[in-house]
Amino acid sequence: MTDTAWIDNALTSARPQAVGALLRYFRNLDTAEEAFQNACLRALKSWPQNGPPRDAAAWLIMVGRNVAIDDIRRGRKQEPLPEDDHAISDTGDAEEQLAERLDGSHYRDDILRLLFICCHPDLPATQQIALALRIVSGLTVKQIARAFLVSEAAMEQRITRAKARVADADVPFETPGAVERTERLAAVAAMIYLVFNEGYSASGDTAEIRSPLCEEAIRLARLLLRLFQSEPEIMGLTALLLLQHARAAARFDSDGAVILLDDQDRSKWNGKMIAEGLALIDKAMRHRRSGPYQIQAAIAALHARAETPADTDWTQIDLLYGALEIMQPSPVVTLNRAVAVSKVKGPEAALDMIEPLAARLSNYFHYFGVRGAFLMQLGRNDEARIAFDRAIALANTSAEAAHIRMHLDRLMRDSTRGAKAGK
Amino acid sequence: MLYAILCYHDEDMVGSWSNEQDAAVMTRLAAVQDKLTKQGRLGPVARLLPTTAATTLRKDDPPVVLDGPFAETKEQLLGFYVVDCKNLDEALDVARDLGKANPGGAYEIRPVGHFTPGSVTK
Repeated sequence: MTDTAWIDNALTSARPQAVGALLRYFRNLDTAEEAFQNACLRALKSWPQNGPPRDAAAWLIMVGRNVAIDDIRRGRKQEPLPEDDHAISDTGDAEEQLAERLDGSHYRDDILRLLFICCHPDLPATQQIALALRIVSGLTVKQIARAFLVSEAAMEQRITRAKARVADADVPFETPGAVERTERLAAVAAMIYLVFNEGYSASGDTAEIRSPLCEEAIRLARLLLRLFQSEPEIMGLTALLLLQHARAAARFDSDGAVILLDDQDRSKWNGKMIAEGLALIDKAMRHRRSGPYQIQAAIAALHARAETPADTDWTQIDLLYGALEIMQPSPVVTLNRAVAVSKVKGPEAALDMIEPLAARLSNYFHYFGVRGAFLMQLGRNDEARIAFDRAIALANTSAEAAHIRMHLDRLMRDSTRGAKAGK
Repeated sequence: MLYAILCYHDEDMVGSWSNEQDAAVMTRLAAVQDKLTKQGRLGPVARLLPTTAATTLRKDDPPVVLDGPFAETKEQLLGFYVVDCKNLDEALDVARDLGKANPGGAYEIRPVGHFTPGSVTK
């Protein structure tokens, strides 16, 4: 690894902790970010010469804080870097003291606060994600814009707006109480899940560009789990993301078309991610405090454990979806459960199950895709065709539409073959 | 004498390697391991999953199961080698070679007191 790659990695991994601590000092996101940037510039100058500091985050916090305080005192924020950097590269004792304090209670709450600010309830989901990727992960505006398939200017504006809203909002800086910490944790987990979904729901042509979002979400989930090692739901969340992302290489063919779970080449699944995901869900279950992330991870785990589609334990999956329905009633959960039911009890029962959802899911692509598939299995081809036509009209991506068209083509072939055979 | 070389590194940092960086490090380490294998000196090698996947059993009475690694430190135990070396100097040489292939972090070199090669093959 080259020297600069090493420094880049060190800066990236120290970032959440350093920005979080700087935010606690300055209570202003822009000042904290700027202080961190300045510290990074100095690190790039100083570390190659003086070697890496023992604790990169502590070094960055101290240097960033000192520079920002100097700037504020001078009232001249655009000051160029001073030529002589000796004073800050030799941070010896002070760095040690600071590191000592960081190991204590602040560390967890600093990072949690930073993450929490990014998913402030005043912000719409799209802004939450963009802000987290910018502030916590340190992705550039250009990288984020690319992942969201919008222009750099549009993304810049989205982030600026989000920051303005956060600045106006009343963000508490004192150490959170137990109840508040739990609420923050839940909000942060939801935001990480959103980041992941942005990457996961990308299809064929955009999957490659957007998959870094999945990796970033996994990194954030691991970070959160390291801070809250005994939270079964955070274990569940991390396991869920790992198990889902493990299938990334098998989910699309070379033309970017969707490959369904049953048809995926399971040798392309990432064994190491699956192993980690299974270990985490295994650990989480021991706590006997179930939650939606754990249940979803347990479902993903049953898929991951099946060596072939036929080995899948659909009965157990049906039960788990049943539990999820009670915890988080939603027509989408019921729709997913119906797929399991179709495997256990047949398409008739599954169709009965989704019939009552029609009104609430009348604009949902997957509802009509699934409904069409059940009807097709029952040989009710004309009705299946109507459902598939509706699905195509509602498709969000070209890959989704292409996948449904494949079903329609098959129906068409079957019906012509059926006519020839005189069926 | 068998020596265990325990690999410590900042997990956040190793976790922020790109897939390419990770693969490059593993390739360089494999070269060092090949050399030792040819000399018949390499015992088991393990890379551990992240400490977030770890569980600790405190042998209190009754034993207590805790989430996470045993010790909460800046650098985590990420894996280990068992290598046959004449003395500490030789073990340090091996560790230096490994270190060149994978800079950063630290190796703890510990003589092995009792060794059972085991029967696990995968």
